Amino acid sequence: MLAALIIVFREIFEAGLIIGIVLAVTRTIAHRGWWVAGGVAGGTLGACVVAVFAGALSAAFDGVGQELFYAAILGVAVVMLTWHIVWMARHGRELAAQMRAVGEAVVAGSKSLVGLSVVVGVAVLREGVEVVLFLYGVAASGAGSNVELLAGGFAGLLLGGLVCALTYVGLLNIPSRYLFGVTNVMIALLAAGMAAQATAFLERANVVTILGSIVWDTSWMLTEKSLVGRALHTLIGYTDQPTAMELLVYLATLGAIFGLMKLVTSIGGAARQARPVY
Amino acid sequence: MVGTKLSQQATRLLFAATLLLAGPSVVAAQEPTTLQVSISNHRFQPAEIVAPANTAIRLRIKNLDATPAEFESVSLRVEKIIAAKSEGVVNLRPLQPGRYKFFDDFHRDTAQGTLVVQ
Repeated sequence: MLAALIIVFREIFEAGLIIGIVLAVTRTIAHRGWWVAGGVAGGTLGACVVAVFAGALSAAFDGVGQELFYAAILGVAVVMLTWHIVWMARHGRELAAQMRAVGEAVVAGSKSLVGLSVVVGVAVLREGVEVVLFLYGVAASGAGSNVELLAGGFAGLLLGGLVCALTYVGLLNIPSRYLFGVTNVMIALLAAGMAAQATAFLERANVVTILGSIVWDTSWMLTEKSLVGRALHTLIGYTDQPTAMELLVYLATLGAIFGLMKLVTSIGGAARQARPVY
Repeated sequence: MVGTKLSQQATRLLFAATLLLAGPSVVAAQEPTTLQVSISNHRFQPAEIVAPANTAIRLRIKNLDATPAEFESVSLRVEKIIAAKSEGVVNLRPLQPGRYKFFDDFHRDTAQGTLVVQ
């Protein structure tokens, strides 16, 4: 039972962190619960579909279909996160002004919610495939301890939910005037980490072969597989043995996001100067 | 003028760095060694496979069981789902001599194996 709990929890953990962050980011937006729930539901459904076709996916593209698929969906998530940050940089000030005007009541920001909903879906899908396959394997093996294993899996799911809740509550404890900046940086790091992860998948698929040397090895200090390692892997993209290419993509993603942010705020700032200041 | 010279130097440095970083992966572009391992009754067969050092390896993993497996190795940095009754491929970069452990994450208690690189 403990083994099942650990496997499920480990997989759900990353998704839990991401959902917690998304919930905190969208805290002031109306109906965000539906969007996040939609992402979770879509991701779960997607995980089941992928699990059913796991064999075919694995065999596709000369045995590396799985890697290419993961790289692709991670790429989509990176684009969505970037879009969200840039969109917020552009409209953030207006939103903040509205918030001050009407308290923190309602902000219509559903446009950027589509992107974050997709991100939640991708996180759940990626982690969910393994959970679905594991639980399916348990159910299909027909061993006597099925009920116990399923109970363990369920407990793992609950713990994953707890991680999500703790992340959310922890972030909400940050004073709201800092929260926007903090979550922006978190999302940028999340995106950069995902971009590096996508690169790692492309490297495993032998699609990307240049700059493949390992830049550092900190596995003696903190392995990616430990709980802290996993948390940092999700949050800031920590890898104990990154290749030069992964590092390059990581930095390039961060650079692109902050560059785009600067660009849209400077354009927006020029337009805003014409308006009266209260 | 100073700027041009500096940028020229920077370009040269960047080029050198690229070569340095790309060096090992150029070697990786050689024809990989293909190895095979199967999983049956949640055990690897053979449980120990031998591979040459400093050569790219293409590891074909055949899952003969009726349940899915997850081929995983911490030291090889691999995590790959292999569906029931199917085959998966894992590409490995050229490795230093040593013993690299791997396992089926879904059946860790029985499915353990080692890749011996020499």
